[in-house]
Parts: sequence; structure tokens; C-alpha cells
Amino acid sequence: MIEASGLRVERGGQLILNGVDLSVSRGEIVTLIGPNGAGKSTLVRTLLGLEPPSGGTVRRAARLTVGYQAQKLTIDPTLPLTVRRFLTLTRRAGDDKLTEMLGHVQLPAELDKSIHVLSGGELQRLQLARALLRDPDLLVLDEPTQNVDITGAVELYRLIQRTRDAFNCAVLMVSHDLNVVMASTTRVYCLNNHICCSGRPAEVSRHPEFLRLFGQSAADMLAVYTHDHDHDHGPGGEILHSHDHGHDHHDHAH
Amino acid sequence: MLDDFLTRAVIAGIGVAAATGPLGCFVVWRRMAYFGDTLAHSALLGVALGIAIGLSPTVGTVITGVAIAVALVWLQRRRTWSSDTVLGLLSHSALACGLIAVTFLDGVRVDLMAYLFGDILAVSRMEVVWIWVGALAVTCLVIAMWRPLVALTVNEETAQAEGVPARPVQLAFVVMIALTVALAMKIVGILLITAMLVIPPATARQFASTPEQMALGAVLAGTAAVSGGLSGSFAWDTPAGPSIVAAAAALFALCGAVRAVFPARTPT
Repeated sequence: MIEASGLRVERGGQLILNGVDLSVSRGEIVTLIGPNGAGKSTLVRTLLGLEPPSGGTVRRAARLTVGYQAQKLTIDPTLPLTVRRFLTLTRRAGDDKLTEMLGHVQLPAELDKSIHVLSGGELQRLQLARALLRDPDLLVLDEPTQNVDITGAVELYRLIQRTRDAFNCAVLMVSHDLNVVMASTTRVYCLNNHICCSGRPAEVSRHPEFLRLFGQSAADMLAVYTHDHDHDHGPGGEILHSHDHGHDHHDHAH
Repeated sequence: MLDDFLTRAVIAGIGVAAATGPLGCFVVWRRMAYFGDTLAHSALLGVALGIAIGLSPTVGTVITGVAIAVALVWLQRRRTWSSDTVLGLLSHSALACGLIAVTFLDGVRVDLMAYLFGDILAVSRMEVVWIWVGALAVTCLVIAMWRPLVALTVNEETAQAEGVPARPVQLAFVVMIALTVALAMKIVGILLITAMLVIPPATARQFASTPEQMALGAVLAGTAAVSGGLSGSFAWDTPAGPSIVAAAAALFALCGAVRAVFPARTPT
């Protein structure tokens, strides 16, 4: 759906991205992790075509519709904006459709409500609703859980999974919440100006580069979740190898 | 009808209010008041330039305004200096250079006060026509670019990701401000142009719940300020440009008081 190869981005003599290979296919939830200044946002912006690469290529599927959720939505209080007007900023839609989408993201806001009274979490859901109104093939979420507490974050990731299933789209997100995000991710790319390691969450958490960047405690946290993913525990704590949650079944369906 | 100087002044002023209202909303939303000020201050340099190369002062003002705007955008991209510093640098050096430049014009006496504080009561019929042509052009452009401009103002990245071309729309926006400055210069003067861009939209904000309502409200508030200011100027023999701005400010305060007594049913 979208594929970068050998991507290089240079800004002001500084090499921000170097030799980045990355691909996202339909039905996948791909998460980009990495320390501050690793170039995560630059990579996203380059993939979206908002910034030109200095080298390498980005290939997007023909007529790819992208839904984008910005990292932080700060709207000047002098700009009066209702929920309805925000949702239809770049594409018109009827009230029925808008209400339906607000229902999907579980935001029970009236269309005439001012967006200045919404909380951080509600604004994120509103952004998601706007992105989904485009019926996107690819959903790009830049730190979707900023300003959201941990319970809210878990809920939001569940919503993202449900969205992927309902809209049959691909999801590419940037995240800091290592522990929660991993449980809902098909593939992880660990970025630090170049791709340090990538793969399923369980593989990445054991990778020496990942340990070097995030430390053992992060890896442990990750392992707990991915552990849960591979198998279930029986009543006595024994491991039941019942099913594989590799999410591969989403790929061959289409 | 156009024979009466006061009628001409009101008609010209309303033309300017129609252009500054919607455009001023973006100036307020994008926190570009200082940017507007900088373009206004560069106008005097434009006047001198226009006269020096034998073109009209208005054409010179538009050209200088666009040049200054492009220089601003370029300097801000480099991020060596903060936006505030860049604006302060360009704003006042442009005004200083303009003041010097007009003294070098051979054989032409430029009425400095008219440019600095406006001379709306002296607008000729031709000037009224030109102000309306310019105001109509700006208004049509704003309407044509309204949706992309609002989307970019709310969040540039999201709008871009959704396919809104940012660069051309923003360039057109800057050109429109330069045009509006050239139009408004004759009415309220270089030093007070920013007031017409900021005060009417701020007045309208108190009653608006959508961007469109605010833009329409700003046109109404601007029109009221022009009519009220000119009436006051005529009645009490006060300078016209400053009277219009004072009327706009009084209207803002009045609306604020109304809102304080009758708060909005739902927050906006």
C-alpha cells in the first residue's frame, strides 16, 4: 500500500533519516517507535508526501486515500468551530453520516457543540472520525494517545483495532506507549535515524538494538504483552498453545 | 450621489471593510497581527518606489508588500531568528526606509500625514471605483479559497495530508493582505491598517460559532465602524481615519459588555 526504500532525509546539513526501508500493507497495524529526535514524525511526513526525501523512494498505491491524525491539535480560541464544521473542513458530508461516525469513535457530542469545550481525548477521537469520513485506505496516527490517560489509551487502541477491522484499512502509527501499543500491533519498526530493528513485537523486544535504546525494563513490559499474545494461560498457570495471534489472517482475506 | 465627499468616503470605507473583514479573520486566527503591521509599514516604501519609477503609489505598495511578505516567509523558514524578531526588524526598517525615501523624491511633495493616518475625505471618484474593484477582487479570492484556507488554518498538516495545497493557498493569502493594505492605506492610513484587520473580526468573534458567521459579522462590524467613525468625524470635526478606528474599538467594547450581561447559551 505504501512502501519506502532507502529513504534519506537531510535537513540543514543534518541527516535525519538514513536508509529507511518500510512497508505497510492492507489490514496491518504498523507501529513506529523510537526515542525523541529519532525522526519518527519526519518519516511520517515524508511517507505522506508532505516533505520531499533527499534520497530513496516512496511508492504509494494508486489513488491511495489517507486519513491523518495530527499529533496535537491546537486551535486558536479565536477561531469559532463546531463539531460539524470541523468534520467537514475538507469534505462535505450529511449529518447522518457525521453522527454515525461519531458513534463509531464513541464520541457522543452534538454536532453544534463548540470544539473548544472538548477534552484532549475527545479531540483525538474527533480527529479520528474526520479521518474515517474519508473512507481511508491508510490511516496515519501520530501519537494518538497524547494527553490521554492510560485507561483512555487502552480504549483508544481497541478502537483503532476495531476501526482496522471495520474499514479494512492499514494503520501506521507513531507511539510512545510501548506496553499498550504492542498488544494491538502487527509489526513494529524501531527507528533511530535508521531502522534499528523491525518485526513482530515479540521479536523486536528481544533485539539487542531495542534493548540498547529502551532498556531491559521496557523489553520486559513488552514481553508481558506479547507473551499474552502468543498463548493463553490455563487456570493453574500452565501455558495453553491454543491459537496464534499473528494477524496473518487479515492479509490473505483480501 | 458620488458628488458629496462624505458619501464618497462612506462608500469607499465600506468597500475596504468588506475586504478587511474576512481577511482579518485569518489574521486573527493565525496570530498574524504583527505580520499585517509589517506589511502596512512597508507601504510607505512602496509609495516612494511607485512614484520614483513612474507608476501609481498603489501599484508600488502592492509590489513592495508582496516582496516583504516573501522575504518574511523565507526568513522565518530559516529559523535563525524568531518570527517576532524578524517582523520587528523588517517592520521598522521598512517604515524608516520609506520615510527617508519619500524625502528623496524630486519635484513631488508627498503628503506624509495622508499616508500615515489616511485621508478618506479626499478620495476622488476614480479612487472610490478602484477601491471597490480591489475590494471585489479580494473578496472573490477569499470566497474562492475559503474552505482550503480555513482547513489549513485549523491544522496545516492534516489539511495537507488530505490534499489541500498549502504553498499556493498561503502565497495567495499573503498577496491578498498586500492588496488590502494598499486599499486601506488611503482610508485609515498606514499606522492604523492593522486595526481594521483585527478589531472587526474580534468584535464578531463574540457572537459567532462558525468561521463563516465570524467573517460576515466582521464585515458588518467594519461597515458600522466606518459609518459611525465618519459621522463622528463630520459632527465633531475629528480626523477621519482615527475616528473610524476609535468607532471600531468602541463597538468591540460595546459587544463585550452585551456579552457580559447576556452570556452565550452555549460556549463558542
